[in-house]
Amino acid sequence: MNFITNLIGGLSLGGIYAMIALGYTMVYGIAKMLNFAHGDIIMVGGYTILVFTARSVHPIIAIILSVIFCVALGISVEKVAYKPLRGSSPLAVLITAIGVSYLLQSLAQMIFGSGTKMVQGLDLGSFSIGSLKIGVSTVVTLIACFMVMIALNLFVKYTRIGRAMVAVSEDKGAAQLMGINVNFIIMITFAIGSALAALAGTFYLMRSPSMYSTFGSLPGIKAFAAAVIGGIGSIPGAMLGGILLGVVEVFAGASVLGPYTDAIEFAILIVILLVKPTGFLGKKRREKV
Amino acid sequence: MAKLFEKLKGKSLVRQNIESDYVLETKDLGISFGGLKAAQNVNLKIKKNEIYGLIGPNGAGKTTIFNLLTGVYQPTFGTFYLNGEELRGYAQDKINHKGIARTFQNIRLFNNMTVVRNVMVGLQHQPEYKCTLVESLLRLPRHFKVEKAMRERAKELLDIFGLKDERNNLACNLPYGKQRKLEIARALATNPKLLLLDEPAAGMNPHETEDLMNTIKLIRDKFDMTVLLIEHDLKFVSGLCDRVTVLNFGTVLTEGTAQEALNHPDVIKAYIGN
Repeated sequence: MNFITNLIGGLSLGGIYAMIALGYTMVYGIAKMLNFAHGDIIMVGGYTILVFTARSVHPIIAIILSVIFCVALGISVEKVAYKPLRGSSPLAVLITAIGVSYLLQSLAQMIFGSGTKMVQGLDLGSFSIGSLKIGVSTVVTLIACFMVMIALNLFVKYTRIGRAMVAVSEDKGAAQLMGINVNFIIMITFAIGSALAALAGTFYLMRSPSMYSTFGSLPGIKAFAAAVIGGIGSIPGAMLGGILLGVVEVFAGASVLGPYTDAIEFAILIVILLVKPTGFLGKKRREKV
Repeated sequence: MAKLFEKLKGKSLVRQNIESDYVLETKDLGISFGGLKAAQNVNLKIKKNEIYGLIGPNGAGKTTIFNLLTGVYQPTFGTFYLNGEELRGYAQDKINHKGIARTFQNIRLFNNMTVVRNVMVGLQHQPEYKCTLVESLLRLPRHFKVEKAMRERAKELLDIFGLKDERNNLACNLPYGKQRKLEIARALATNPKLLLLDEPAAGMNPHETEDLMNTIKLIRDKFDMTVLLIEHDLKFVSGLCDRVTVLNFGTVLTEGTAQEALNHPDVIKAYIGN
């Protein structure tokens, strides 16, 4: 019984990680940069929900507003901070991303203070099947995550923009010369990543409704590990890595190894990088001379 | 800051169209990288339905000219016109929409996409193959109609190059000669008025080269195309090109029919020395 509860909990946490990891992996695949400010988009999404639910806006509307706000933020960050650096060294972009991350965290501290705030109205209660007690939010998360992943797969496979995205990730220069507006595709990528981050933040708040300025850091860094485990740049890889980490986290947390959960997760990352440096589904890139 | 200024200058650029009998006309086109003038005073006049060669020793600036014409580089001097419309300063994708498509010296296909999808990427910007996001995501009938039309068109194009049977293979699994052909097919799919081929016969055996010559002629006739190509194989050039321009150290040595140009004393000097 415990096993099933843990499995469902793990899959739903994994779904959250997968959604965040998708943001990392899509941006990496298409813009060839690591967006370390991605975790803080989650935090901004969380605070947006906090602000609106505190003014007794209906939670669903608060969630939608948070998604819209995060998309706008993601696009503006890309336009202001990353776009002028396109074509410069990857290190410059990486440092900029870390800078944006601290900027967002500090802004949140200035506006909301450094204390922890509780978010109301996201508790959906629980139900029980026999002796099994499952939180409604867990099931909602699970279903929503899988729906999002299916939609994303359809989007990439069957739409013009999706096809253009794959082409850009293969060869940006050639894609542009074949008439694809690369700046637009990168903007769309950031928009999708930020929308997923906002949703992931919502579901994370359903698990633990406390908000603070570094709220996005730990899930962000774990999702990044998940993206690397699955093979960064690969969409199914991010899903796989995210779900794996989520399940491991819940099962490890429930066992005697409880206090070492985070250590175990990052140890998995190290082991996988040693055995298969490109991650599970990452493609090996051979440099052709 | 300097970069930003350049950019602003690019945005406020005023383009002037001219009356022109030529598909491509360049006026004193040139670019300098720092002090190095990689190309200067290049004047090309290419008529409709011509196959035009751009030749010259290594480092003569041939690919630089291609990069200028496709917007990869912005010209430092001069400008160029496609059917009289000035295209200087446009981004690469915009220039492609205006009607210049190219292939690359070292093949740049979308390797992990299938052959047919490579061509579809080229096709998808044409208005008849556009459908909205909602139509695609909800998979409405129009999505399937458009997708099918696109696939059919891609198959037609691939058939010309004898690639139809390989359409579901990954591009990276094609043999070299066929990858070169696929690149041409992908460029053609963007429906250009002018096709730029960067060393299309590089690395091909005599039989494949012969075959490619016929294909390029076929493209010209079938699509009413104008072709500008860079090539080192002089037999290929003299057998295919109506006219050629010879470049050396970024400047034009001579121009004329292939025979005239190749027998020009300066050209012989540039290729084999004194």
